[in-house]
Amino acid sequence: MSQRQVLQVFEQYQRARTQFVQAVAELAARPQNIETLQSAGVMSLLRPLLLDVVPTIQQTAALALGRLANYNDDLAEAVVKGDILPQLVCSLSEQNRFYKKAAAFVLRAVGKHSPQLAQAIVQCGALEMLVICLEDFDPGVKEAASWALGYIARHNSELSQAVVDAGAVPLVVLCIQEPEIALKRIAASTLSDISKHSPELAQTVVDAGAIAHLAQMILNPDAKLKRQVLSALSQIAKHSVDLAELVVEAEIFPVVFTCLKDSDEYVKKNGATLIREIAKHTPELSQLIVNTGGVAAVIDCIGSCRGTVRLPGIMMLGYVAAHSENLSMAVIVSKGIPSLCACLTEEHEDHIKAAAAWALGQIGRHTPEHARAVAESNVLPTLLAMYMDIHSSEDLQIKTKKALKNILQKCTYLPALEPLLHDAPPNIMKHIVGQFSKVLPHDSKARRLFVTTGGLKKLQEIQAEPGSLLQEYINTINNCYPEEIVRYYSPGYSEILLERLENYHPVS
Amino acid sequence: MAALARLQARLSGLREEYYRRNRSIDEDRKIEYKAAVKIQSWFRGCRVRAYLRHLNKMATFIQKWWRGYRSRRYFLKMVETAYFIMKMNFYNEMAVRIQKRWRGYYVRKYIHNYYELKKYLETVSMNNEFVRNELQQYTEMKENEEKRKDLEKKEKEKQYQARKMHYLLSTEQIAGIYNSPFRKSPDPMELLLRKSKPLSHKRQQMKSPFTSELYDWPTCRRPPTFSTAEPLPPIGRQKPQGPFRDTAEVLRQRYKPLEPTLRVAASINSPLEKAREEMKMEEWRNRVHDNEFLPFSSYHKNEKYDPSICRSGKYGQETYGIKHFREVQPKKWIAGKDFQTVSPSIVLFEKLGKTYSRTGQIV
Repeated sequence: MSQRQVLQVFEQYQRARTQFVQAVAELAARPQNIETLQSAGVMSLLRPLLLDVVPTIQQTAALALGRLANYNDDLAEAVVKGDILPQLVCSLSEQNRFYKKAAAFVLRAVGKHSPQLAQAIVQCGALEMLVICLEDFDPGVKEAASWALGYIARHNSELSQAVVDAGAVPLVVLCIQEPEIALKRIAASTLSDISKHSPELAQTVVDAGAIAHLAQMILNPDAKLKRQVLSALSQIAKHSVDLAELVVEAEIFPVVFTCLKDSDEYVKKNGATLIREIAKHTPELSQLIVNTGGVAAVIDCIGSCRGTVRLPGIMMLGYVAAHSENLSMAVIVSKGIPSLCACLTEEHEDHIKAAAAWALGQIGRHTPEHARAVAESNVLPTLLAMYMDIHSSEDLQIKTKKALKNILQKCTYLPALEPLLHDAPPNIMKHIVGQFSKVLPHDSKARRLFVTTGGLKKLQEIQAEPGSLLQEYINTINNCYPEEIVRYYSPGYSEILLERLENYHPVS
Repeated sequence: MAALARLQARLSGLREEYYRRNRSIDEDRKIEYKAAVKIQSWFRGCRVRAYLRHLNKMATFIQKWWRGYRSRRYFLKMVETAYFIMKMNFYNEMAVRIQKRWRGYYVRKYIHNYYELKKYLETVSMNNEFVRNELQQYTEMKENEEKRKDLEKKEKEKQYQARKMHYLLSTEQIAGIYNSPFRKSPDPMELLLRKSKPLSHKRQQMKSPFTSELYDWPTCRRPPTFSTAEPLPPIGRQKPQGPFRDTAEVLRQRYKPLEPTLRVAASINSPLEKAREEMKMEEWRNRVHDNEFLPFSSYHKNEKYDPSICRSGKYGQETYGIKHFREVQPKKWIAGKDFQTVSPSIVLFEKLGKTYSRTGQIV
C-alpha cells in the first residue's frame, strides 16, 4: 500500500496547486485584491506554475497572470522583466486551445499599457506565434490573438508595421468573415488600429480586400460590431482621396445613414466620423454625399445627440460648406443653420462650440445670400458674446473671431448688424462699420432706419484714429447724411448748445 | 676797241644799271608775282568753286532722290502696319463681342446657372425629406422591435414566475391570494397560474456559467473544465447508522473493474480461426501478384476458326455431328409431337407435404 501513500502525497500536492492557482485567478478578477496579491509576491509564485505538468494548472496560471498584467502597467512590466514572455511564446505552439487563449490574453494585457511594453513583446518574437494562433480552428483563440495584435498595433506606426510584416492582415480579414460576432468585432477593431497610423498601412489593409467585408457588416444589427466597423472604415478613408473613393465605391451610401439613427450613441458618432472623413477630401465627394441626402441625415443626428457625439457631425457640415458655395447653399437649404445655432448655445464644452462657430463661418463666408441666411438666424450676437467672454478658451476665441470676420465681410443684411454695433470691440467694429459704409450710400430706407435705431448716434461715439480705415468708413457714412443730423448726434452736442444758450443775449 | 672802250666806260654804269635793272625787275617781280598768283588763285578758286557747286548739286540731287525713295518705302510700310493694326483692332473688337456673349452664356448655363441651382436645391431638399422619412420609418421599426422584445421578455418572466409559484393556485376550499372572494373576477395572475404547468425539480435553471466574471471568453460554448484525477468524496455527510461496511470498501467493490478469464476474453473459434488466419496470411505473403490470373482471352480474340477438313462439306460445314446426331425422317413420324420425357415417379416422394401433420409445417 505504500505505493498508494506515495501517490496520495502527489495527489495532495496537485490538488493544492490547482486550488491555489484557481483562487489566485478568481482573486485577480477583482481590482481591490490586486495590490495585496502583488505585495504577497504572486508573480514569482505563478511563474513556475506556468511550466507545470498538468495542463489546467498552466492555463489557470496564465489566466491569472493575464488578469494581473491587465490591471496596471507596473505589473505588466514585472511580467516582462520576469522573462515570462519567452516561455509563453515557446509553449504557445504546442499547447491546446485553452492555453493559447490564456497566453494571448497575457500578451494583450501586457501590450496594452505602453509602446515600450508592446515593443518588448514584439522583440521576444510573439508576433509570429500570434499569427499562427490566428490560423487556429477555435474562434476563441483567433479572437484572443487578434485582440492582442490590435492592442500592439494601436500605439504607433512602427509597431503597426511590425504587425503587418508578420503577415497578420490577410488572416485578420479572414477572421472578419467568420460567423461569430465577438470575433468579427475584435477583428474589425484590429483593422481599425492597424490602418489608423499611415496611408501605406491603410493601403495594405485595403489590398487584403477588407473594405468589401467591412461594408457588408454595416447592416449587422449588433451595435458594438457596427461601432468597430465604422471606426475601421473611417480610419481607412481619412488618409487620402483614393482611399476615400475606394470606401465610397463599396456602396456604403445610403446604408450608412441608417447607422446615424441607431440607438447606440457611439454608432452614431462613428458613422458621422466616417461621413466627415469622406466629405473633407474633395468637393466631388461632398457633392456625392449631398446628393444622397447625407446632409439631412447628419443634421438630424446632430439634433438628436448631446455632447461630444455631435462633434463629427458638426465638422462634417463645416467641411461640406467649405468646399463651394453651391454646397454651402445646399447645407442652408437642408436647415443646417438652426441646428448649428442650437449646438452653439446648448453645449458647454468649448471645443464643440468652437467647431460650431467654425462651421457657421464656413457656411456664411461665400456670398451675401449665405451671410444673410446665417445672420437672419440671430447667431451673430452669440458669436460676439463668445468672442468677448473671458472664460472662453483661446481656441474658441480665435475661431469665433474668424467666423465673425468671414461672415461680416459679406453680410449686407443691416438689421442683423445693428445689435453688433453696440458691443463690438474695435477690430470687429471696423468690419461692421465697413459693411454699413458699403450699403448706406445707396439705400435711403436703410439710412432712415440707421438713424431711427440709434446707430448713427453710436457711430459718432466711436473713437477712431484719424487716417485709419475705421475713420474712413465713419467719414463715408457721415457724408451720407446732412450735416445738421451728424452734428445733432455727435457726443457733447447738448453741451455745445447749452453753452451757446449761455452766451446768447436776447435782443430786446 | 672802241666797243671795248665804250663798254669800259659804260662798265661802271653797267654795274649800276645791271644792279638797277635787276633791282627793279626784282622789285616788280615780287609785285608781278603776287599779282599773277592772285589772278591764278582767284581763277583756280573760281574753277574749283564751280566744280564744287556742280558736285553739290549732283549730290543733292542724288540724296533727294534717294531720300524720297526711302521715305516712300517707309511710308508704304507704315501704311501697311497701320492697316494691319486697324484690321486687328477690328478683329479684336469682334472677337471680344463673341467671347463676351459666349462667356456670359457659358457661365450662366453651366457654372452659375441660377435656375439649375434653384432646381438642384429643390431636389436636394426633396431628397432630404425622403431620406428623413425613410430614417424615421427605420427608427420607428427598430423601436417597435425593441418594444416587442421587451414585452416578450416580460411575458416569459411572468410565465416563469407563474410556473414557479404554481402552488399559489386557489383550490375549492381555500381561495388563493390572487383570487380574493371580494373581487368580482380573479386576478390575471390567477388565470396565468391556472394555465401554467409546474416546474419539475430536475429541470431547475442552471446558473449560466457565463454570468460569473471568471469566464470572459464569449465565443467559448462551454466553460473550460478543470478535470481532477478522482472525484472527491462528498463533504460533511453524516455517517449512516448501523454496522455497515466501510464506504470506501463498498465503493471499491462496486466499482471494481472487470477481470475476465482468458476463455472469456478470447473469442470462441479462437484456435481454429487463428490457424485459418495464419494460413491465409502465409498464402498472401507468398503470393507475388494479388490479382487473380485471368484467361488470356485477348490472344485468341481475332483468330479465325479453321473448321476441320473432316467436317467441312461442299457447301460449308455439315451440321451432322454439331447440330444433330441422329438422322431424322419426319415423314415417318406418326404423331407430330416428340416423345415426352416422363420419369417414373417415386412413390415415397409423392407423399411429401401431404401425409405429415400440420405441426410439421411450422418447421
